[in-house]
Amino acid sequence: MARITKRLGWTLSAIIVAATPALSGGPVDEQLIIDGETEIITRAPAPEGHPLDEVTSGWLYRTDETRALEADSFQNPGMLYVEQGETIWNTVDGAAGKSCASCHGDGKEFLKGIGAHYPKWDADAKRPINVELQINKCREANMQAEPYKFDAPDQRALTTFIRHQSLGEPVSIDLTSGDMQSWWEKGKETYYTRMGQLNLSCASCHEDNNGNYIRADHLSQGNVNGFPTYRLKQSEMVSLHNRFRGCIRDTRAAFPAAFSDELMALEVYVTWRGTGLGVETPSVRQ
Amino acid sequence: MLKGLKNLGLPASIVGLGLIASAAARAGTIEPDSLPIEDMSFAQSLTGTAGDPASGRAAFADRKKGNCLACHENADLSKELFHGDVGPSLDGVASRWEEPQLRAIVMNSKAVFGEQTVMPGFYTLKVGANVDDEHKGKTILTAQEVEDVVSYLMTLKDN
Ligand code: HEC
Ligand code: HEC
Repeated sequence: MARITKRLGWTLSAIIVAATPALSGGPVDEQLIIDGETEIITRAPAPEGHPLDEVTSGWLYRTDETRALEADSFQNPGMLYVEQGETIWNTVDGAAGKSCASCHGDGKEFLKGIGAHYPKWDADAKRPINVELQINKCREANMQAEPYKFDAPDQRALTTFIRHQSLGEPVSIDLTSGDMQSWWEKGKETYYTRMGQLNLSCASCHEDNNGNYIRADHLSQGNVNGFPTYRLKQSEMVSLHNRFRGCIRDTRAAFPAAFSDELMALEVYVTWRGTGLGVETPSVRQ
Repeated sequence: MLKGLKNLGLPASIVGLGLIASAAARAGTIEPDSLPIEDMSFAQSLTGTAGDPASGRAAFADRKKGNCLACHENADLSKELFHGDVGPSLDGVASRWEEPQLRAIVMNSKAVFGEQTVMPGFYTLKVGANVDDEHKGKTILTAQEVEDVVSYLMTLKDN
């Protein structure tokens, strides 16, 4: 008897936790309009086959102050990296004596809308590549320059510049090209794998508990439309694979190498989960 | 949902075998997963030494130990900033559960709530994939820390 009441008590509290993220503050009901002119889609109907009804940007889960920083490009510290990235775009490097601009011309023209559609199938590499790997491909093949090491400051700045040229463009990736579908499947498997001593999957935090607080952190859906992102905690641009590795480390699991098959597959899958959200790069997060 | 969980007792005895060496070192300590959690409860003390509620309170709050506040509100610790709400508030938890049940929840919540729960098991080696080197083969809390935390939880009664 006593046990039954107790079980009931637990079931009730579990139901409350699961069903009413709004009680714990949920995402805010606000619009992101950068500099009062560029409207960013922060809520979108989920793509077919997605477990949730609506996909939401991490911006909606941040404090008033953090949201305001992102909405004003003069205050957004990430904009400095956009400028740096543009300089790198135009700077000659490598034995071929070329810059990105030598082949592509003005970055602001050429790059419009491009960054919103990575990762992409790469027929040469026979795997999906993201913006960072596209940069390295160009550096090696066309500039005869060394590929950037993971998270080199120039890699982050140039990636930020490239993605920023898609500001507001809805994220979408092409799962029909090459083997993208099987990479999506592999990424999905990782997403739902319980890992580490804490035995949590990405879904434990970002699917089952978005809208709830884990200690001081307001959990979002963990979408990637804002990357690279300016993190106030680190006063730095943070790359997507750095964030993935951080979340994996927090479960007390060993984390895979950046750009490994495992993390590229995860990037394909998680990018798909945020289909329809506007690119926010450089987003500002806590 | 709970029926399937009983099966978890099987591999546990095998895990237990590998740990006999360390068990001998600390006589009287029940090794992780060596005895099954049955009927959502675990009556036996893991160490035979009574838990200390003050140490349990500290382990509860400590981010490197229980870090229970990551997911649970607890008015008794209102001086600590930032209580999460992934799990239910633990105010009055000892009025809802008995000691053997609280021990079971802390040891391996999945044996009580089901596999789907996000609450980690604090005294089990049935954990997730690819545990990092620092934590491999270890439980989050020691046996005595579990006893301490449970004795602290027993102080959280509805008044
Ligand atoms: C223990 C909880 C936890 C787990 C497990 C976890 N994360 Fe996170 N993640 C967080 C927290 C906390 C944040 C920061 C707040 C937020 O945006 O949700 C975050 C942020 C993120 C962000 C940045 C979102 C943004 O808008 O800037 C991404 C992307 C992300 N996580 C992806 C993942 C992926 C992929 C996995 C699995 C490999 C994962 N997370 C596992 C807790 C977790
Ligand atoms: C990552 C999240 C998380 C952490 C960390 C966590 N818990 Fe939980 N806990 C939960 C959830 C979620 C539930 C509710 C059961 C469910 O829905 O799966 C729960 C339920 C409980 C319950 C039953 C509460 C009730 O009123 O029925 C107790 C007791 C408990 N936890 C104690 C603890 C203690 C003690 C710690 C730390 C040593 C801890 N928890 C750490 C998530 C967590």
